[in-house]
Amino acid sequence: MSTAPASPAPAFGPGDDTKEEHHRPSLADAGRKLLEGEMGSLRVIIVLAIIWTIFALANDRFLTAVNLSNLALQIAAVGTISVGVVLVLLLGEIDLSVGAVSGLAASVMAVLSVKNGWNPYLAIIAALGVGMAIGIFQGTMSTRLVIPSFVVTLAGLLMWQGAQLKVLGDTGTVNLSEPAITNIAGTFLAPWVGWLVAIAAIVGIVGSALLNLQRRRAAGLEAESMLGLIIRTGAATVAIIVAVVVLNSDRGVPLALTILVGIVVVMNFVLTKTRFGRHIYAVGGDAEAARRAGVRVAALRTTVFALASTFAALGGIIAASRLLAVNQSSGGSDLLLLSIAGPVVAGVSLFGGRGTVWAALLGALVIGSISNGMDLLALQSSVKFMVTGGVLLLAVSLDAVARQRRQARGRA
Amino acid sequence: MSAQTQAGAATAPAPVAPLLRLRGLTKSFGAVQAMRGADLDVAAGEVVALVGDNGAGKSTLIKAVTGVQPADGGTIEMDGVPVSIKAPQDSAALGISAVYQDLALCDNLDVVANLFLGQESQRNGKVLDEIAMEKESRRLLDRLAVKTLRSVRSEVGALSGGQRQTVAIARSMLGDPKLVILDEPTAALGVSQTAQVLELVKRLRSEGIGVIIISHNLADVFQVADRIVVLRLGAVTGEWTAAPENRQAVVGAITGADIENGDEVTP
Repeated sequence: MSTAPASPAPAFGPGDDTKEEHHRPSLADAGRKLLEGEMGSLRVIIVLAIIWTIFALANDRFLTAVNLSNLALQIAAVGTISVGVVLVLLLGEIDLSVGAVSGLAASVMAVLSVKNGWNPYLAIIAALGVGMAIGIFQGTMSTRLVIPSFVVTLAGLLMWQGAQLKVLGDTGTVNLSEPAITNIAGTFLAPWVGWLVAIAAIVGIVGSALLNLQRRRAAGLEAESMLGLIIRTGAATVAIIVAVVVLNSDRGVPLALTILVGIVVVMNFVLTKTRFGRHIYAVGGDAEAARRAGVRVAALRTTVFALASTFAALGGIIAASRLLAVNQSSGGSDLLLLSIAGPVVAGVSLFGGRGTVWAALLGALVIGSISNGMDLLALQSSVKFMVTGGVLLLAVSLDAVARQRRQARGRA
Repeated sequence: MSAQTQAGAATAPAPVAPLLRLRGLTKSFGAVQAMRGADLDVAAGEVVALVGDNGAGKSTLIKAVTGVQPADGGTIEMDGVPVSIKAPQDSAALGISAVYQDLALCDNLDVVANLFLGQESQRNGKVLDEIAMEKESRRLLDRLAVKTLRSVRSEVGALSGGQRQTVAIARSMLGDPKLVILDEPTAALGVSQTAQVLELVKRLRSEGIGVIIISHNLADVFQVADRIVVLRLGAVTGEWTAAPENRQAVVGAITGADIENGDEVTP
């Protein structure tokens, strides 16, 4: 394994205003990148640290294992919905129906399982199928008839809310006692299982980073510096170990959190390592350019809407499992707004094409922490709404400022 | 047929069918007839310039060939074989690639991702092969003698106009096309960047690729083209070799003032 030469062509073309692209990253550079939103994940981790510090100072129960376990459970449902929202936002579209779809899917599952006596697993699959069908319907309407997704999914929001009331019928509330369903949010991994998952994750992260480094070096391409790699994978390793230690000291790693993280890892792989994912970014960056390059834009959009609605349905199922019931307000209230606010807070651009699916998890953590912390402080709903709204506005402002700074430097 | 091509260009022997042959292409947008029976031939290793005033049908013609906006009527032949082009994928499959005036690059993706957009390399089935794509990108840019790009991992949105045009042209070269269509490749460029792009066009020709170049800039056209085809009101009104003495006639044909000086008009 030899360290190969870096870029082969350091020469400038005649009179070309080539910009410096290639120097060693400095601290000032990192600061600029933070401001321009290029290191979205790091930025949101800093925001999270600030929020946690504030609540830890305000209430000494905030950083306890019990409370952090509760937080993990609280964010599992909204985080899962946010995964789908991230996909849609990356396209530069929006899906306002995810909350209603989650409520409808949960209702379908509850009614089929409890009232109609279906096998619980079949009921879950049926609920996911309803989600996917809705996504395909909305995606098709939006792409074939060229209606903005905002309008189609707004109509969907109303229709699926109505459908939810219809499905639930007169009783309005369906209590869930079927273990197969309640165990989704009620299961905590045994400590050794938690560690096993953690070790697998760490090996995966470090292994893939080293493998990639080795491949790039073998191919004679520029590779990430060893220091950068150690910092990056080291931080992830520490985060995983701390999380498992803390969660194991309470009830164990919640299954629901494992599901959410698993979905994020899989979707991150799909977005960064597959053609489908690359095309999502391309359509979000410039849909016409993608179309001319041969990307089947309409089919891609429809697929993404189908995925988003399916994840929304899954989120609804997880939420129902945690509440042990589905009622007329399931999927309602601020769920939709929080599931969109999370990714945006965590750096997914509303203009499309920028952000990672980790924003679903990190954003849910930020929003969930604010909500959880204010609950601990026994603040009123009025204050909670205003603070959450303020944080969202702040995050969107940062996104807009980042965009303007990019444009000022000649990059749209 | 047999248009007079300039010496130096790789002229195909007479009996061989041209690389691209268009006959009687028509296209209407509602009541407006943008193309009324356009004919065009392009040989391998030939640079054909398509000139004409705004609204003459140049863009409509190339959109028909690339499948961005399929023609309503007429025939298209590649290497003598009639083909149907209804979508960009069809033309790509035939070895036709295009560089659009608005470049059609994704600013949020890096150079490699843009070069390979829509034709990404994959390994183990479905995983993007970034290393193969990056190596191929380097190889391609070296082959085109591009020295202005420092990193193939820069975001395209961060590049200058000339660099973006270079990326767009390099992209059209992926998959070894037979025909490359350049729509106003020098419109937004400065003098030295224009020279670079024209150099690039000559390099395409020397590799035996057929090139259609659309331009308003007659200086560029006469510098790089083998043959100049004038479109007016949706039909071909004449074609000339790119000899300096034909300049007056070309200008006349574009404006419709005088087309008698045309040394040949396609049948």
